Amino acid sequence: MSTVKRKKLLTGPILLSAVKDSFIKLNPVTLIKNPVMFVVEVGTIIVLLMVLAPGYFNAEQSIGFNITVLFILLFTVLFANFAEALAEGRGKAQADSLKKTKQDITANKLVGGAVKTVSSSELRKGDIVIVSQGELIPGDGEVIEGLASVDESAITGESAPVIKEAGGDFGSVTGGTRVVSDEIKVKITSDPGESFLDRMISLVEGAKRQKTPNEIALNTLLISLTLIFLIVVVTLRPIATYLGVDLDIPVMIALLVCLIPTTIGGLLSAIGIAGMDRVTQFNVLAMSGKAVEAAGDINTMILDKTGTITFGNRMASEFVPVGNESEAELTAWATISSLKDETPEGRSVVELAKKLERSYDGKLAEGGEFVEFKAETRMSGIDLQDGRCVRKGAVDSVKKWVQSKGGVIPANLDSNSDAIARMGGTPLAVAVDNRIYGLIYLKDTVKPGMKERFDELRKMGIKTIMCTGDNPLTAATIAREAGVDDFIAESTPEDKIAVIRREQNEGKLVAMTGDGTNDAPALAQADVGLAMNSGTTAAKEAANMVDLDSDPSKIIEVVAIGKQLLMTRGALTTFSIANDIAKYFAIIPAMFMIAIPEMEALNVMGLGSPSSAIISALIFNAIIIPLLIPLAMKGVSYKAMSSTKLLGRNIFIYGLGGVVVPFAGIKLIDMIVSVWI
Amino acid sequence: MGILQIVAVIVILILLVKPMGTYLYHVFSNEPNRTDRWFGGMEKGVYKLIGLKKRDGMSWKKYALSFVLTNIVLVTFSYIVLRLQRGLPLNPNGITDMEQTLSFNTVISFMTNTNLQHYSGETGLSYFSQMAVITMMMFTSAASGFSVAVAFVRGITGRKSVGNFFEDFVKAHIRVFIPLALLVSLVLVGLHVPQTLKPSLEVTTLEGQTQQIAIGPVASLESIKHLGTNGGGFFGANSSHPFENPNPLTNVLEILSMWMLPASLPYMYGLFAKNKRQGWVIFTAMMTLFVLLLSLNFYAESKGNPAINALGIESSQGSMEGKEVRFGIPQSSLFTSVTTAATTGSVNNMHDTLTPLGGITPLALMMLNNVFGGKGVGLINMLMYAILGVFLCGLMVGRTPEFLGRKIEAKEMKLIAIAILVHPFIILVPTAAAFLTDLGQGAITNTGFHGLSQVLYEYVSSAANNGSGFEGLADNTTFWNVTTGIVMLLGRYVSMIAMLAVAGSLLKKKPVPETIGTFRTDNGLFTGILIGTVVIIGALTFLPVIVLGPIAEYLTLR
Repeated sequence: MSTVKRKKLLTGPILLSAVKDSFIKLNPVTLIKNPVMFVVEVGTIIVLLMVLAPGYFNAEQSIGFNITVLFILLFTVLFANFAEALAEGRGKAQADSLKKTKQDITANKLVGGAVKTVSSSELRKGDIVIVSQGELIPGDGEVIEGLASVDESAITGESAPVIKEAGGDFGSVTGGTRVVSDEIKVKITSDPGESFLDRMISLVEGAKRQKTPNEIALNTLLISLTLIFLIVVVTLRPIATYLGVDLDIPVMIALLVCLIPTTIGGLLSAIGIAGMDRVTQFNVLAMSGKAVEAAGDINTMILDKTGTITFGNRMASEFVPVGNESEAELTAWATISSLKDETPEGRSVVELAKKLERSYDGKLAEGGEFVEFKAETRMSGIDLQDGRCVRKGAVDSVKKWVQSKGGVIPANLDSNSDAIARMGGTPLAVAVDNRIYGLIYLKDTVKPGMKERFDELRKMGIKTIMCTGDNPLTAATIAREAGVDDFIAESTPEDKIAVIRREQNEGKLVAMTGDGTNDAPALAQADVGLAMNSGTTAAKEAANMVDLDSDPSKIIEVVAIGKQLLMTRGALTTFSIANDIAKYFAIIPAMFMIAIPEMEALNVMGLGSPSSAIISALIFNAIIIPLLIPLAMKGVSYKAMSSTKLLGRNIFIYGLGGVVVPFAGIKLIDMIVSVWI
Repeated sequence: MGILQIVAVIVILILLVKPMGTYLYHVFSNEPNRTDRWFGGMEKGVYKLIGLKKRDGMSWKKYALSFVLTNIVLVTFSYIVLRLQRGLPLNPNGITDMEQTLSFNTVISFMTNTNLQHYSGETGLSYFSQMAVITMMMFTSAASGFSVAVAFVRGITGRKSVGNFFEDFVKAHIRVFIPLALLVSLVLVGLHVPQTLKPSLEVTTLEGQTQQIAIGPVASLESIKHLGTNGGGFFGANSSHPFENPNPLTNVLEILSMWMLPASLPYMYGLFAKNKRQGWVIFTAMMTLFVLLLSLNFYAESKGNPAINALGIESSQGSMEGKEVRFGIPQSSLFTSVTTAATTGSVNNMHDTLTPLGGITPLALMMLNNVFGGKGVGLINMLMYAILGVFLCGLMVGRTPEFLGRKIEAKEMKLIAIAILVHPFIILVPTAAAFLTDLGQGAITNTGFHGLSQVLYEYVSSAANNGSGFEGLADNTTFWNVTTGIVMLLGRYVSMIAMLAVAGSLLKKKPVPETIGTFRTDNGLFTGILIGTVVIIGALTFLPVIVLGPIAEYLTLR
């Protein structure tokens, strides 16, 4: 996996602007979108009026208490605003750095054979431009002629340039990236303002952020809980009055604010924004928050073999001697032939020999002349100083070469090489002059750690299906080695769509990765489609996520991030609601104690006085929001395990913790507050 | 000994759950089974009579509409009968027509399975009214609730449709309520409960004075009163009256009659869900809450009234004020808990005279309204809390919450929000209104904390469609008749229709296959979550009023 640059969580300017924004967000017109916090703000205004005109409300005696309540309420709203502003700020900072890339670029537009210099903003879909070495590509497009290496670090953060060429799957270029060699002709595919970069900026800025279905459902619940407690508190006053218990308005507002789910209400949008942000930090661009949440729900994952599960290039995995030759000698000669071979295959031979701890006489190769692989000979090797020639290469070519030197072909050479081919491997024959020693079994190798990751996915309840163009035998070998649950051999893009449809018909959510134009329909059909940035525009348009590093195995982490996002939301909701028990026990006795002294029996926390109890509960209620901001931003820790275990663990931490923590917290705050009151 | 009596009844109940639940499943699964042989013919006759040839599955809207319309027709008929009962047959005691608001209250009360009685049966109703209105509605309201519950279960367990209301309604009568009522009536008659159409007896007492002793078709009403968790008594004194509930044996029979069907419904649900453990989770959550609250009542009542204890009066028997000597504390305590849990509302002791802490039990059980609950409603409510629990905690496994393989999304949460909002709303708002108005305050006969409990109890009982009274409240006035009438209506229909809509919405969703990553709702952990959700969301709402009512009374009485 590529290295992901972790941007710093908090920087001074982001903090500062978040503080500023938390005041701007006090505007009731915008705050009403968060009904829980809006209720707190209304409460704050009522207490403010009581503080400003105590005579009118008959509240002269309790003005000190009311001012305290006023400030705590104000801070409750500010803290919630701050959480949201902070999450947004990080997105904005990212957008700003992207905007720098998006400066006005001069483009060399091709008009009827002549080149005309225009501004990039004048380019329209279908225009053709020429971009030469050192120039910036003026807009998203497809290479229609030429080949060039392009530095895409502005978008991906990856400094190594990538090759872009006309035709095939490597033809799409992104505006704002720089051509570092050669010259290409590009057909522009987007109008100004709709380019990939534009969309990316608006996404990370959170400008187009819409609530996800899950957030809407949770919001509905939070609103109804708020309404329930509003009913509870409002009806309490006439009932208490009948009993001769007078309830002050600020005390009732305090009870209300403590009971409504302010913790989750204040952090909900921050959790959503931060979740998107985590995906972005990971260099994956999600087109919507919905896509990230859908990733958490994935049941089936369809993965391409080559590039995702395996390295895609073939590596030596076994030495197969033929005839009467020994494996030791075969290994020695195979290694000697490869010592100067810098191709991945050659290096893998040497590595395998090392791994098997075979000895060979390295000195033999010294001074020898390396023979490079050529398409005509289909062999490579070394001509030793002592005159002997060592060759390895395609079996047919080596056979011919040996025969030309008068050698005999061992009887079991063909059967062994066929066996390797049937298993999907590539056999390389090794010969010294007229003697064939045996075969090197080259095969596609599974990336390290893939098996463990598939095990993790299985623990999460996700089924993996490997797609490959290989024959069924090869596919089965790799599938077994990688530990995927299922595979489709000799698959076509149509097969992928068929599999996705089949799984979806069973009610499953499917994720897949792809980069080619022929992957586009499947990417669109899948619930989560992750396109590679190196892929074609069609693939990127069809997908709902784009990986800027073009590492298809990142889909696994995206699923984990999606799950983490949902878990964080659930954990903080549970925590917030479980808090109510302690808050009830702090405020209820305090409310009634003056009129009904026997209520002291319910003061299980032994809080100092009625006012200190109410203020402590309110302070706890306010201060828990900033305390939980880091958790909301980072997400709760997630390890792959069965749902039952995961639930047990989270219920223990956030459910039981949610019941216990406020008891301790309120008591602690009360001990401090009691010093003054 | 006392505890043993309670435990014995609970054990019998648990033994009844499986056979009864299996039977109910066979009745409503609409798959051919043995019960067809016994009742199939009779049902065909009924279907022919009412022209119900094709019994296709309905959409939830059609189901809800059929349910409401059927109820409206029955309410209209009953209102007319009560207003004209004087001239109608079977009125040997010459009972006069019922007053307007009382009739309104009474028909709603019985149609909603509440059976809040602002009248006294002996003097307010003719035999015809008792049979054609009261007993009839006891059957039809129970069957209505049962049908809706079955429809809801079919919806969430992903059957083809929620079913056909009329078919369910007929089946509930013919295969469940009528045979059981017949059986229980006969046993009750055998245990000396009167069953006659003769007028009240006029007897000469030992002192030589004449006394009117009310009798009538008591056993037939008594059986369905409990089986249908109705609770409206033949006599004003309800099941504490020696003709309604003559001895401990009838007491146990009545307890089991009202408890058995609601307690079997979770098992039936488990069979519908093709996972019996789902059913047991619901049952266990209900039973746990029940035992906790029963223990509170039993403990408080056994300890006696602290004020009386302080006077040095012997109270080893516990607080016997308002209780029948033939039942004692354990049989009274169990009856009180079951009747409020199952939202029956019949009483064998006066809840007004319960000790303050003991009084919390009936209040709390009705506030929760999901511990067994009335005909079907309890199951629906508990499942609603299960969905809510899944939604709250399900996110913590990192997936969109799903219940029985169906995703819980915004639409379901909106409907559930209505259902969880309406219950505290219709209890707390009218309670506050009663204290704000002279009309409301005028009925309160006790001052202070107990007065609050009286008013609260009346609305809680109405909202939960329980119908028991705290008594002591002079509630036959226009204010109380109308407000409790409205509360009963809202308490019954709003949540039922909302939950039918949830069932309809879930039914449309494609089921998600279960994997190891799925949030499991059939294990002990979920039972705990369910209880926690009920306590935190269902019960904490009412904590302030409980504190001001019974708890304040207890604390000041100590």
